[in-house]
Amino acid sequence: MLQTELQPGSRENPASGRESHLAAYRFMLLARLLDDKLAALYRAGKIHGGVFLGRGQEALSASVGVSLKKSDVFAPLIRDAAGRLAFGETVVDALRNYLGSSLGPMRGRDGNVHRGRPREGYLPMISHLGAMISVANGVLFARRMKGISGTVGAVCIGDGATSTGAFHEALNQAAVEKLPLVLIVADNQYAYSTPTTRQFACDSLADKAAGYGVGAHSVDGTDLSACLKTVGGAVQSARAGQGPQLVVANLLRLCGHGEHDDAGYIDPKLKASPLGRDCLKVAEEFLLRQEWADAAQLAVWRSNAVHEIEEAAAQVQREPAPDPFAEDWQAVSTGHLNEGHEL
Amino acid sequence: MSITYLEAIREAQAHALRDDPRVFIYGQDVGPFGGAFKATKNLAKEFPGRVLDSPISEDAMVGLAVGAAIEGLRPIIEMQFADFATVGFNQIVNQAATLFWRTQVPCPVTVRLPFGGTSGGGPFHSQCMEAIYAHYPGLVVLTPATVEDAYSMLLEAVAIDDPVIYCEHKFLYYHLKAEKLPSEALPVGKARIAREGRDLTIVTYSAMVHEALEAATELAAEGWEIEVVDLRSVKPLDTDTVMASVARTGRLLCVGESWPWGGVTAEVIARVTTEGYGLLDVPPQRLNAKDTPVPYHPNLWTAHRPTARAVAAAARKMLRL
Repeated sequence: MLQTELQPGSRENPASGRESHLAAYRFMLLARLLDDKLAALYRAGKIHGGVFLGRGQEALSASVGVSLKKSDVFAPLIRDAAGRLAFGETVVDALRNYLGSSLGPMRGRDGNVHRGRPREGYLPMISHLGAMISVANGVLFARRMKGISGTVGAVCIGDGATSTGAFHEALNQAAVEKLPLVLIVADNQYAYSTPTTRQFACDSLADKAAGYGVGAHSVDGTDLSACLKTVGGAVQSARAGQGPQLVVANLLRLCGHGEHDDAGYIDPKLKASPLGRDCLKVAEEFLLRQEWADAAQLAVWRSNAVHEIEEAAAQVQREPAPDPFAEDWQAVSTGHLNEGHEL
Repeated sequence: MSITYLEAIREAQAHALRDDPRVFIYGQDVGPFGGAFKATKNLAKEFPGRVLDSPISEDAMVGLAVGAAIEGLRPIIEMQFADFATVGFNQIVNQAATLFWRTQVPCPVTVRLPFGGTSGGGPFHSQCMEAIYAHYPGLVVLTPATVEDAYSMLLEAVAIDDPVIYCEHKFLYYHLKAEKLPSEALPVGKARIAREGRDLTIVTYSAMVHEALEAATELAAEGWEIEVVDLRSVKPLDTDTVMASVARTGRLLCVGESWPWGGVTAEVIARVTTEGYGLLDVPPQRLNAKDTPVPYHPNLWTAHRPTARAVAAAARKMLRL
């Protein structure tokens, strides 16, 4: 398993070294291949509901994951398979949630990208993504109250979520409380089909940071080296007590909003622009150029990743589905306070 | 020596802060100022760093509370007015209310909603919100009607491992008094017979309990014995106590200060007619506020909400049947 091999979250300063590049690249690759498998399972009718992929966003996502420690807080967005894996989620858990296994983290009660392990600092998103920022604030706030220091909270959102009231309230709240929050915005040019011209009117979303009094960082989201440096730097600043940091990465989503979406609305000029570069290929070329890996090594990593994913998919498809007759159908944890319970 | 409903709320919070280091209070103006209604008076001074002013951000207030609850703390969120909590509605119903069911991690958040009408309050400082929260799975919704319940139910709310919507009625804040704070109480989820009777059951909650009791006194002078059931918690709703009362009286009148479409009164009648149709001697009735925003002027406001006189009139009609 890649996580065991690479000890997720153990890299203090991933800024620009060989080791962190290789680790991030391997999580990007694993995420891309996992996404390919999910797309195949979706087309085969094996997955209920939607499938949401992170193609084109893996460099940014992996950079977030490898910049965090296991004891940090992570609230991913829907295109963060790479970051989730780097933070410590297993391929098996990801597949369990998509395939609705009763052994998965959400036990079939919630699916696909809606997964996490809150007690481990891995927050499960609700669909109103901007709403996750203040929840991460709450975890950081509570840790400070408990005297725990050195924790960073990373929350990932897209350009669309910056238009929500929750974004404004929570970023302001984090700034007022001087919380170690790193808010990463993947500006992938479209919120579902809506282009950024219909989403915001400032030049860059990073311009918003000044208005909240938080640190601002911009980065080319197609460039792994730049992402590692920028995200790693923002995480370090937050950890060093410099308050919330807003990171805005420019990139292009190389797939539909979900697998149901052919993304016919994406401007071909954008696809042909530097934003349309495939970050995985860019990273591979970089590793080869640096001679940090050769083609044979890349092929071995790819084949290992495929093997891990295929093995996990075979295992998860044999796991039991949730049983409606075994469900307690109780939404309140205090048993006797559920409706219909005999007092 | 007497204590008001509002002071009981303050005392319960002081008690919770004293007893449990995991408790903190977060809300607008709750710090040194002591809250818009003074429900947190002096608490910031008594418990430094644990009673904190928030920005005017109801969404982020509740979101922060959920995160803190995940981390093992027990936040109390004060909404300045229940009406403003609509801005934090998403966090309450989609984040707090679903967390345990989705992840098995409990979400012990108490949201205090100063709610209900007062003279001069108007459309945005008077609303009754209990029904919309009760509609959502995963929430416990409390509506204390007495000083004793205001105290004991708030303590219990903080102790419960689930998100609790604690609806405190502003109309009761100052004029409702008790001699002392209770040392024991009915558990949350149990209704209370506020007055015994055999001719008709009025099921109600919060401030309307007092209108119903006044109506019962008025009707007693005419020879009628009215039973008043105080639901105490609208979710879970104690159907058994309601059903037992209707079994005794054969007549059911439900009274609520909230709007008439759906809601607690409709739920009680639905349950009694489906589970206890044979107990009813006459068709059950409900009395609610009118289906308009809550008016500002006292002349309009007193006509908008059910009053003791209106409750007595509704009961009289049923008693003649």
